[in-house]
Amino acid sequence: MRRALVGCLAVSVAAPPLGVFLMLRRMSLTADVLGHGILPGIAGAFLIAGLSVPAMAVGGLLAGLVVALGAGALSRATGGREDAALAALYLCALALGVALVSMGGGTAELTQLLFGSALGVDDLALLLMAATATLSLGVLAFAWRPLVLECFDPSFAQAVGARGGAWHMAFLALVVLNLLAAFQALGTLMGVGLMMLPAVAARHWSREVGGMVYAAVALAVVASFGGLLLSFHADVPSGPSVVLVAGLLWVGSLLFGPVDGVTARLRRRHLAG
Amino acid sequence: MTTPATIRVENLTVCHERRPAVHHLNGQFAAGSLTAIVGPNGAGKTTLLRALAGLHQPQEGRIRSTDRVALLPQASTLDRSFPIGCLDAVMLGLWRQSGAFRAVSPAGRAQSEAALEAVGLRGFQRRPVGSLSAGQFQRVLFARLLVQDAPVILLDEPFNALDARTAAEMLALVKTWHGEGRTVVAVLHDMELVQRDFPETLLLARDLISWGPTAEVLTAANRLRARQMAEGWAEDATDCDMDAGLRDRAA
Repeated sequence: MRRALVGCLAVSVAAPPLGVFLMLRRMSLTADVLGHGILPGIAGAFLIAGLSVPAMAVGGLLAGLVVALGAGALSRATGGREDAALAALYLCALALGVALVSMGGGTAELTQLLFGSALGVDDLALLLMAATATLSLGVLAFAWRPLVLECFDPSFAQAVGARGGAWHMAFLALVVLNLLAAFQALGTLMGVGLMMLPAVAARHWSREVGGMVYAAVALAVVASFGGLLLSFHADVPSGPSVVLVAGLLWVGSLLFGPVDGVTARLRRRHLAG
Repeated sequence: MTTPATIRVENLTVCHERRPAVHHLNGQFAAGSLTAIVGPNGAGKTTLLRALAGLHQPQEGRIRSTDRVALLPQASTLDRSFPIGCLDAVMLGLWRQSGAFRAVSPAGRAQSEAALEAVGLRGFQRRPVGSLSAGQFQRVLFARLLVQDAPVILLDEPFNALDARTAAEMLALVKTWHGEGRTVVAVLHDMELVQRDFPETLLLARDLISWGPTAEVLTAANRLRARQMAEGWAEDATDCDMDAGLRDRAA
């Protein structure tokens, strides 16, 4: 349980900043697709090697990278209107993953893979989560300016030779890695929640990318704490309970956040010029 | 700024999905010239400008240019809701010095603040670009061009959706650049503006209609030709001179 908490905190520091950039690029759905996309890889590894962390990590990583490349290719082939194709892709990935797990195990394993199990976090999994967080923060610190530029003005990025495409691929690889890290504690379906919900909620706390990232990390840390406590005391799988708390925080941000929050809008009187 | 050199365009063809958007274009932008690119919608004006900026690979032919270019993209290609402050957006123009990793120098920062002031946005440093009007946003992009300090400046519909005062002030900046000896190329729709303020004009309708001094280019006959050619979109177009070009090279 303590391992799960430390692991979730590591994920909370690394994943939400990635979520902020995904949101700003209008790629929130892509995170979902990647989250589902790693499932067949994890399930395949589970079929071969059982619940082994290294095998599932490698399987998930391979599947995630394939789906990330596939999603990028789909996006180019459909001229940016990829949402329908992405929805099709993640339904297929989810179905394949569930089918594979069912072939090799029972509902207990299926529940653990999909929704996470706080007790499933062993030392190796914790190491993976911490390493991923360290790597992600390091890469983000370096890639910050190219990522901002690529989001804001892609033509300009191309014109000054910022190699936005290469950074974007590295960024997507990080997303896959973080989803993999989160899956140990939260499950494949719910890992996306700790990445995207705090990011979406953070939009209501700041008007600048930096502020959004800080807010997203803070919200994710609160969600991890609260969610694991809820999971422990109410005997709910850890994934759904963490994501539920994150969801509550999102609703709270939507209502009470200073930027475009509902109450801020109701209360605000216009300034005198 | 270094003095610009002539930009030569040799038999340039740029395609979108095999359809030529710019077709066998020949000519040159003289060093320090101020040229308007005009033509009907879909005539390949933006494509030509982006090719000059190195954003489109030519299908055939080439652009001989040695200078660094700064591009003002069409406002619609930017994410105006992106959460970035005005000063940060302007400082992106320092990319050549700062690159992806290095810090912006105090001098670069001061230069960016001065550029914001020069476009009439004093006190806007921390304002998010999402809160700006279309005109103010265009001023920010002009400030970024100032900071880029490039010998060649390419402007894609720089005065669209601007009120008269903003347009006049931005035009004054363009004239300053021209006076400093920079090569300036602008895609424009306003013929009066072109005739009044742009010495050179390139009239394009996928094929080159005319290129030279504005008064000689914008004749009634030329403009009629441009309209007709753009409307004559051939659905059954065959592989044209690309094959001819290959044959020439083989021969």
